[in-house]
Amino acid sequence: MKDIHFSVHRFLAIVIKEFIQMRRDRLTFGMMIGIPILQLILFGYAINSDPKHLPTAILCADNGIFSRTLVYSMRNSDYFAVDHVVQSEKEAHRLLATGKYQFILQIPEDFTRRILRGECPGLVLLADATDPSATSNAITAIDRLAREALDRDLKGPLQHLRMERNAIDLRIHRMYNPEGITQYNIVPGLMGVILTMTMVMITSLAITRERERGTMENLLSTPAHPLEVMIGKLVPYILVGYVQVCLILVAAQFLFEVPMLGSLSLLLAAAIVFIAANLAVGITVSTVATNQLQAVQMSFFFFLPSLLLSGFMFPFRGMPTWAQAIGQILPLTHFHRLVRGILLKGNTPEEILPHLLPISVFLMTVLFIGWCRYRQTLD
Amino acid sequence: MNGEHVIDVRNVTKRFNGKTVVNRLALQVRRGEIYGFLGPNGSGKTTFIRMLCGLLTPDEGEGSCLGFDIRRQSDQIKLQVGYMTQKFSLYEDLSIRENLDFIARLYRVRDRREAVEKSLARLGLTGRHKQLAGQLSGGWKQRLSLAACLIHDPQLLLLDEPTAGVDPKARRDFWDEVHKLAAGGLTALITTHYMDEAERCHRLAYIAYGNLLAHGTVEEVVAAAGLTTWSVSGPDLPRLAEELRARPAVEQVVAFGNTLHISARDAERLRDALSPHFTPAHHWQTIPSGLEDVFISLMQTARDQYAKP
Repeated sequence: MKDIHFSVHRFLAIVIKEFIQMRRDRLTFGMMIGIPILQLILFGYAINSDPKHLPTAILCADNGIFSRTLVYSMRNSDYFAVDHVVQSEKEAHRLLATGKYQFILQIPEDFTRRILRGECPGLVLLADATDPSATSNAITAIDRLAREALDRDLKGPLQHLRMERNAIDLRIHRMYNPEGITQYNIVPGLMGVILTMTMVMITSLAITRERERGTMENLLSTPAHPLEVMIGKLVPYILVGYVQVCLILVAAQFLFEVPMLGSLSLLLAAAIVFIAANLAVGITVSTVATNQLQAVQMSFFFFLPSLLLSGFMFPFRGMPTWAQAIGQILPLTHFHRLVRGILLKGNTPEEILPHLLPISVFLMTVLFIGWCRYRQTLD
Repeated sequence: MNGEHVIDVRNVTKRFNGKTVVNRLALQVRRGEIYGFLGPNGSGKTTFIRMLCGLLTPDEGEGSCLGFDIRRQSDQIKLQVGYMTQKFSLYEDLSIRENLDFIARLYRVRDRREAVEKSLARLGLTGRHKQLAGQLSGGWKQRLSLAACLIHDPQLLLLDEPTAGVDPKARRDFWDEVHKLAAGGLTALITTHYMDEAERCHRLAYIAYGNLLAHGTVEEVVAAAGLTTWSVSGPDLPRLAEELRARPAVEQVVAFGNTLHISARDAERLRDALSPHFTPAHHWQTIPSGLEDVFISLMQTARDQYAKP
């Protein structure tokens, strides 16, 4: 009877065999431990949805006491890191457009004097609101901050000004995304996320499959040059990448009505560098992975930090320094800025160059590593 | 071309992580010859073939393949070699025609369509050209692989265990095809573990642990081994086999159905060792040594000589 029914011995035999195989595949085993650790670190330490110390520049036309107090108290606050004084409105806009600064505080001429006269002068905070979640808390904070700062100086004979609700007229300009629509940020961001996921995974799989099935050996015994093989295998996926880009752009335009201020051809041209960078990662993964499962796992190992540290899901400036440093290496971080820059801010080629350069450096580095390793796998 | 030798290499050596896989191998293969390449698993046959077709660079040694230097001119060699890997290495998710067409493109075959059409016709697969290669049986996969190797009209075929796992009829057809090709001037280097296939080669080489142990025609190889073989039939053979194996003068005892084959290199000592068992119940006779006996003897010798315990 015991031979027909469920046998604990046979069941154990299977369990033991699975464990032996699991232990043999070191990389998979490592990933099973490594991915949870990576997730713990990233979710536990890197992510912070309340970004502080946002870079702020001051455009100040007033030299009075109130301007100084205001700047001083912003400096002391958690939310603003004031470290730059701009000279012109044009420069201020350029700093926002390139994403270098999150906020510009515009203090008008005769700010102090007009407060004293009770004229309720306007104070303008320009915010880069492409990512609404990055700026919302700081914007909430500025109102109270400004009032408290001024209250401190409005003493004695000036006390009556304090009583009035509006010693100043604080206006906040949410640039590029005045209504704070999350989709304006997420949909263009998805472009990079989707490209990263497919380009890395598909190429690493395509090359690993070729080696796993033994067809690579056949291919290399023909006159086909390794470079021809590599480029020939990558180009179809570049086209797939462009189909994805177009799909997202069409959806962004017609479903989500994302503004498209910049040049789409510039975006398409810049995308090639990003696509190439991800393909290079795919090649490198394929030279390390011995089977397709490992290729998928390693792709995931690259994809996860890209997703979490690039500023796509959580504000980049909310992360601790070490996480920002890793994020700065990842091409997705810069591609997000580039896409948002072109679509929402109407960036010009010169303005996206600072985002394109790090992607190119990443591409070159990974391509070099990948090519060296690829050559090794041939012998 | 270097005389009439299609392959002419000397001293070819390859090491992987300090382990010598191919050791100072020298080999000459003439045009139009079917050259058998035999040896136990892991003896370096595949590594040697991969060096011939430029997939690996030898650590030492020199020589030519099709008149081209094996170290520096592997690109030219590849153009004229058809290499069939041990494992089926065409694309299972491509159809028969697509596979052939792909290989033809890689070799930049002239009149590609016609070449593919001809190849399909010769295979007898014209009607099934749309079938995926992955759906073919072992025998058909092997025929397709051979057709793919031949599509660019190579001068030399390197076939790595082409008939492993193929039924006898398909094997015989395959060898008939190879002989036909050789008659047309094509040279073939074939690795195999089957003795009947070894005997169908014009010449053969036996390697073990990366060393060339014997080469020549079947007769030459058997003669050079200097083996004496006795055959015995009668009652209680398993017990007799045990007893004989215990004797140092006996090198091999192999059961063939109702007979035992006993071989050793020293004929005198073998006879002395066997004579106590010459009983009326058993029928003893000397027989010519077979290729298999020779190879097993060579392998044992090689193990004593080269393998580290």
